[in-house]
Amino acid sequence: MTLRTGSTVGESRAPVDRPVPVSARPPKKQTSFDGYWPWLFVLPTLLGVLGFYIWPIVQTGYLSFTETGPFGGEEFVGLDNYQTMLADGNVGQALINTLIYTVIVLAGIPIALLMANLVNQPGLRFASFYRVLFFMPYIAMPTAVALVWRMIYNGDFGILNWMLSLVGIDGPYWTSTPGFAIVSVGIVGMWASLGFGIIILGAALKNISPEYYEAAQLDGATTWKQFTSITVPLVTPSLFFVTIISVINGFQLFDLLYAIMGQYNPALVQSQSLVYIFYNQAFIQNDKGYAAAIGMLILVVIGIVTFFQFQMQKKWVNYV
Amino acid sequence: MSKESLSPAQQGTNSVRAHVLLGVIGFIMVFPFIWQLIISLSTNDQVMSVPPTFWPGELQWGNFVDVFTKLPFFDQFGVSVGITVIRVIGQVMLCSMAGYAFARMRFRGRGIFLGVILSILMVPPQVYLIPQFQIIQNLGLLNTILGIALPGIFSAFGVFLMRQIFLGLPLELEEAARLDGANPFQIFYKIMLPLATPGISALIIITTLWSWNDLLWPLVVTTYAEKMPLSAGLATLVGSITTDYPVMMAASVLAMAPVLILFIMLQRRVVEGLAFSGSK
Repeated sequence: MTLRTGSTVGESRAPVDRPVPVSARPPKKQTSFDGYWPWLFVLPTLLGVLGFYIWPIVQTGYLSFTETGPFGGEEFVGLDNYQTMLADGNVGQALINTLIYTVIVLAGIPIALLMANLVNQPGLRFASFYRVLFFMPYIAMPTAVALVWRMIYNGDFGILNWMLSLVGIDGPYWTSTPGFAIVSVGIVGMWASLGFGIIILGAALKNISPEYYEAAQLDGATTWKQFTSITVPLVTPSLFFVTIISVINGFQLFDLLYAIMGQYNPALVQSQSLVYIFYNQAFIQNDKGYAAAIGMLILVVIGIVTFFQFQMQKKWVNYV
Repeated sequence: MSKESLSPAQQGTNSVRAHVLLGVIGFIMVFPFIWQLIISLSTNDQVMSVPPTFWPGELQWGNFVDVFTKLPFFDQFGVSVGITVIRVIGQVMLCSMAGYAFARMRFRGRGIFLGVILSILMVPPQVYLIPQFQIIQNLGLLNTILGIALPGIFSAFGVFLMRQIFLGLPLELEEAARLDGANPFQIFYKIMLPLATPGISALIIITTLWSWNDLLWPLVVTTYAEKMPLSAGLATLVGSITTDYPVMMAASVLAMAPVLILFIMLQRRVVEGLAFSGSK
């Protein structure tokens, strides 16, 4: 289609004030542009994105090959930061922690599908009430809910350890014991992200034609059989989407870890995530070059994981 | 799907079993919020008692008063509201205009520029955060509402979302308006924008959620407690008055309440908006 500038429209089209049938339009010229108007629309965003995102990305790439001097200047150090990073046990541990957290969050996706299925039953009463209960953790401020979970996990007077004590289990100091800490954070992450899966998968469930289920019922298929043979295959594209987003978000673990563990936690060094290490190096230790290298590592790892997910989708995702 | 597709008997059994199950799961999901409220109305001694105090008896509303007197809550609330409003207005204006141009206008380099903008969707924030901080620092905007909000008024996601919306709208209306002598901005503002309401409301919902809840970036560009938004304020609180648990819980209740209540009231719209953005 052709958009013209205001003046041109006024001159050439003014006499025509009745709707013209679509077929009566002049033939499109592929080479015609819309003058300066598009730039008015696009330029603010384009400049903002170039200035605040694209240029910083280039700069981070450069920074990762530099070292911040004692007086703030940058000195080119080649691959030093990357070599340090690969030998840094804390970074390796952070990668493992991030993976553990991500896997725990991913384990929530099947639960989210079951919950979405429950809440989307035809004719269910109070469905929107349940839906609110389910998606509250997703929209609540992570920092705020993290503080509640700190209380629940508290080793001395937390309600979790009190419940465990009822069945004779002596619960650990969840958030300050290495190993337990990242799992504790992971459980909160799963709880908080279930709502996202429920919303996306719920939308997919609504698009499944009831005829499939009617036919299956006539054939005597059980509810479970219907779930595994109709529901699951038909929502695989949405499952794939939720998986991709969950992995990307999982690798961004920061808020919950920061707020659940606090800055003075004895288990913090063994429980850091990649983003936490990045934040700490960049803005607390002020080692911007090293932090930039860690940022590049996060980029590469997410890239690799996402690439493999797209490779593997052929094996399990059904596009109708 | 409709009720009619199930026999009444089936519906009956489904309902009872389903409601028990849904009730149990629902309770587990909201238990932390209930517990948060209970603690926020207890005394510190009750919070630290074993076995736990499930009902504080006399409700300690004073904890909520303490939030305003002992913490810079008003300041932080103002910062949170400020950055959210700036980001929402900025994104709705900029993203809808850019999205419209990418969907409907012709100009040199359209595909390349769209590609450049969308490429940042594939990059984790850590790859641009440090230079972003340096830009805000050089602009003298550290510890300001504008400094926290500024990078977030540009959104590749928003441009993509709005472009998808405009691509899905019929061409005929625009053509008629053009024949009536409307200029491209009038066509966009008076005709296309009102039709894009579902996309705009999805964008508002998502941007509100992100900017109200975001922690990392505000933590980076603010150093004074009274200049922080609520998310960063709460997170740094952990180090300072950790021992006053009920006040901490009251602060966290008040920090998340505005968006939570708003979104619960607009439940249908929020669910649609989030589902919508996920389906594109």
